[in-house]
Amino acid sequence: MDCKSSDTLPGPRTEDRLPHTAEAAVKIVIVGGFGVGKTTMVGSVSEIRPLTTEETMTQAGIGVDDDYGSASKTATTVAMDFGRISITDELVLYLFGTPGQERFWFLWNGLFEGALGAVVLVDTRRLEVSFDVMGRLEERGVPFVVAVNSFPDAPRHPVADLRAALDLPEEIPIVDCDVRRRASSRDVLLTLTRFLHSLAAKGALA
Amino acid sequence: MTAPQRRRRTSRQPDPPDAGEAARKEGETQNPERLFVIGGDADGERAALDLVTLIVARADPPASATPEQAALLRLCAAPLSVAELSAYLRLPFSVVTALLTDLLAAGLVQARAPIVRQTVADRNLLEAVMHGLQKL
Ligand SMILES: Nc1nc2c(ncn2[C@@H]2O[C@H](COP(=O)(O)OP(=O)(O)OP(=O)(O)O)[C@@H](O)[C@H]2O)c(=O)[nH]1
Ligand SMILES: [Mg+2]
Repeated sequence: MDCKSSDTLPGPRTEDRLPHTAEAAVKIVIVGGFGVGKTTMVGSVSEIRPLTTEETMTQAGIGVDDDYGSASKTATTVAMDFGRISITDELVLYLFGTPGQERFWFLWNGLFEGALGAVVLVDTRRLEVSFDVMGRLEERGVPFVVAVNSFPDAPRHPVADLRAALDLPEEIPIVDCDVRRRASSRDVLLTLTRFLHSLAAKGALA
Repeated sequence: MTAPQRRRRTSRQPDPPDAGEAARKEGETQNPERLFVIGGDADGERAALDLVTLIVARADPPASATPEQAALLRLCAAPLSVAELSAYLRLPFSVVTALLTDLLAAGLVQARAPIVRQTVADRNLLEAVMHGLQKL
């Protein structure tokens, strides 16, 4: 640790600075219901200490929303955790752990539209909490894979049963993971990237 | 397996590209206070900045810089994403975007646009990402 004077604003640690050659970034979104392990996954694969970006919105900013009662006029802060993985000296990958409720998504311009793809984290004890987010991704044409975060007391289902319950076509990967483990989280990201690659290959042939 | 059953949805026409911006603008007009605190020109155009647009300072903070601008310029002596700037400065994404719009106009920072998903994603790009992940 270097001793900086107290008036110095916090910034990246020396080892967290990107090289000047960093030219462009890509992003992947990790999305899922409350408490499903998004923050844990971002933290386990990130090369930097995970960070949080916030956005503030008012009642009016979420006007289309139905379950946000019109009684309160107070500002709501929505936080999103993110991490980073350097791919090459030129290319950086950012991972965003995003709240599952679509009403927040507009706050971050093009978060989903520009993402390479998404990981939908599910908990088999509460499978239905991820239904809506999958539908939203389908509507927006955002490619995704499903990662089943294996909590110890969660029921285990054969992939075929999960696929049927989630009504997912055969080509969409469904994988088990333990988001607390770096290698496991990394493998989920690799599964997504391979899937995206197969889509790109198909697109190129068509 | 006794689980609830989902129904697949199909892709709909994408939102017009400025739909999010329109919603954001609407939110801002309802909350002018915040903009007058730090946001600068509330009616001005915002630069199209993504969470992962990389920002690099082109100059040291000029004497005329506000404390927020100076802090931002010092942070991005090396490239840093808008998201990271927001996190380190503890400012909302929209406020950082407004700050950056002014700094870009003044030529004090450079913005390196992200690579976004395309209908047919670049296979070379995805292969680079795969190799990068495999090294982890
Ligand atoms: N046993 C077990 N616990 C886990 C696993 N993943 C996450 N947890 C725990 O579950 C809790 C919720 O995980 P988070 O990563 O905070 O989940 P989140 O999706 O970010 O939650 P919200 O942001 O609150 O919606 C934490 O206490 C984690 O330590 C897992 O794979 N196994
Ligand atoms: Mg979280």
